[in-house]
Amino acid sequence: MIQYENVLTTCPYCGTGCGIHLQVLDQQLVGVLPTKNHVISDGGLCIKGWNAHAFVNHPDRLKKPLIRKNGKLEEATWEEALQTIADKFREIKAQSGPDSIAFLSSAKCTNEENYLLQKFARAVIGTNNIDHCARL
Amino acid sequence: MDKRINELGKTIEKILPEVDGVIGLKSGPSGIVAPHLFAKERPEELAFLAVWPKEPVPDTLKIILRAHPDAKLAIVCRGCEERGIVEMFKHAQLKLDNVMLIGLQCEQSEAEFCRCAKPYTVHAKLTVGQPIQGVADPLTNKIAAMNLEERREFWKQEFEHCIKCYGCRNICPQCFCNVCALEDEKWVQTGRLPMPNPSMYHLIRAMHMTAKCVACRECEETCPAGIPMAVQFRLIARDVKEMFNYETGAVMDQKPPQLLVLEEGEYQRTGLPH
Repeated sequence: MIQYENVLTTCPYCGTGCGIHLQVLDQQLVGVLPTKNHVISDGGLCIKGWNAHAFVNHPDRLKKPLIRKNGKLEEATWEEALQTIADKFREIKAQSGPDSIAFLSSAKCTNEENYLLQKFARAVIGTNNIDHCARL
Repeated sequence: MDKRINELGKTIEKILPEVDGVIGLKSGPSGIVAPHLFAKERPEELAFLAVWPKEPVPDTLKIILRAHPDAKLAIVCRGCEERGIVEMFKHAQLKLDNVMLIGLQCEQSEAEFCRCAKPYTVHAKLTVGQPIQGVADPLTNKIAAMNLEERREFWKQEFEHCIKCYGCRNICPQCFCNVCALEDEKWVQTGRLPMPNPSMYHLIRAMHMTAKCVACRECEETCPAGIPMAVQFRLIARDVKEMFNYETGAVMDQKPPQLLVLEEGEYQRTGLPH
């Protein structure tokens, strides 16, 4: 049985929120179609939106966290990675104060995730050093 | 419910048991329409059958046939989409042996939206809706009436707005080369905006659309910069008709000029007015 459908979603690349259709053939992602009559993008996309499907199954995509050990990046578990980050944060904050740490958020994240990051920066670490990749 | 959708739904329902699927449009969340493969296993989806806005369905057919070369499919197509499928067939991009065309005739408002000269199918044996006459294209007429300097200036200004999204190429049913000249640094420099004038990107596309463009206007519709590029293809199509007596998608067994070996005297140059 052949299955072809388009899944309506939002382009993950920036904060504009263009509508995209992910073309799915037999459970495999095969391409992107713009969405006509979409309230934001009205059938148009930029070059990133047109290629928004490309990274999903790309062989270069990182699927596990990497930790640099002896100058080399090595695959690690999430538990180990998060523990390493927490330890380093604690260490740096104790040594040099909370303003020695800065946070850079992303347009690829949702509003809620961006809110959480600034909350984490201000309430947990204690710094106002928070900015966003769209200002680069 | 729209009378035409009703009729189309009944036609598809009748065909469903005979084929592996019917390509049509389905209304999704917020009423946003997309191409879809209707199948006998999921007849309830027909309740979401849609016809407008039109979508680049010839490409959907190609995508499915590439993965399933022996599939028996039907496709709901408008005049322009039928022409797109016929031209893809002529350029060996798909086989039509197992493809059943369901011709959907456009309504007056749709034809006017697309400034379409041929809003009807000519090959499909099954048709839905009443064929109507083509409408005039005021924009193409306006630009054709400009003198050379005015036209040059007009296109220069339009192409300056291009953001190089490659959408016009991506959505085009007639752009199917595995290696695309537009991705060659020699012709189109990456990272350069606005495009240099003259814009090689648009000139290459115009040349490559010669005797290929089926006037579906998908390129114009997806262009974030609103460049009326179908106009140039329509003016080229006018020349192709005059020079080679060829109209895309019109006659199934007439070879497109690119595939002919031309000899002196085989075609007549009719003396173009420009």
